[in-house]
Amino acid sequence: MNIPLEHILLLSAVLFSIGILAVISKRHAVVVLMGIELIFNAANLNLVAFSRHDPQLLQGQMFSLFVILVAAAEAAVALAIVLRVYQYFKTANLSEVVTKEQ
Amino acid sequence: MLFYIFAILAILSAAYVVLTRNLLYAGFSLLITLLSIAGIYVLLFADFIAVTQLMVYVGGVLVLILFGIMLSSRVHDKSVLSESVNKVWGTLVAGLILVGLSYTILKANINSLPWLQTMQVDVLGEQKSTVQSIGIKLMTDVVVPFELASLLLLVALMGAAYIATDKQKA
Repeated sequence: MNIPLEHILLLSAVLFSIGILAVISKRHAVVVLMGIELIFNAANLNLVAFSRHDPQLLQGQMFSLFVILVAAAEAAVALAIVLRVYQYFKTANLSEVVTKEQ
Repeated sequence: MLFYIFAILAILSAAYVVLTRNLLYAGFSLLITLLSIAGIYVLLFADFIAVTQLMVYVGGVLVLILFGIMLSSRVHDKSVLSESVNKVWGTLVAGLILVGLSYTILKANINSLPWLQTMQVDVLGEQKSTVQSIGIKLMTDVVVPFELASLLLLVALMGAAYIATDKQKA
């Protein structure tokens, strides 16, 4: 089965813009993190799709492995920060966090 | 075709992450998105990436996110919901990015790129999985980034544990 490259790239573009929409329009910090994960996955999809055409093979797959690793580290640190913010402000709502600062 | 089923599933559940106001529903529908992307990786001859996606994302990151949801919201309160702000601007920006990306992808005429002409249909050739070549590559070509990644993970986990501790009680 040979999947056309354009279709994979279009799927990745759709996932990327959904992730952007989540990052921009959501108020809860955890959902913003989910949007960032969607963006990472869209990028990974592109890397793996192009890696299929690579004559040396696997360079894109190696890169996407490291993207997954960095995403895991990012999720751990970001959720720790969210927990601290929740303990401090008693809310994880990003707009309320900004207004309470003043 | 299997790819289109997975693609539609991924897009629908990713859209539900944005559309729903319930945080837990958003988390579980992100789970479906990640699972279908893992399925697409298998179809793209990337079995090791698919397994890594399953173990790291579905097993690790998503559990972390669910913990984050439960620890950062009062369950009997309305704060388990997540309202949307900037709906118009967000949709506009995301739509513009989508249109621009799609236009570029469709205009780019990817199949005429010279290095894509050399694509083999039988990518894997003799070997039936990419695990062996990924292992060899990890220990030769990319050994320095590999070790740096392990260091990064260690530092990130220690930093996360340090940030999350309650310093007032300690």
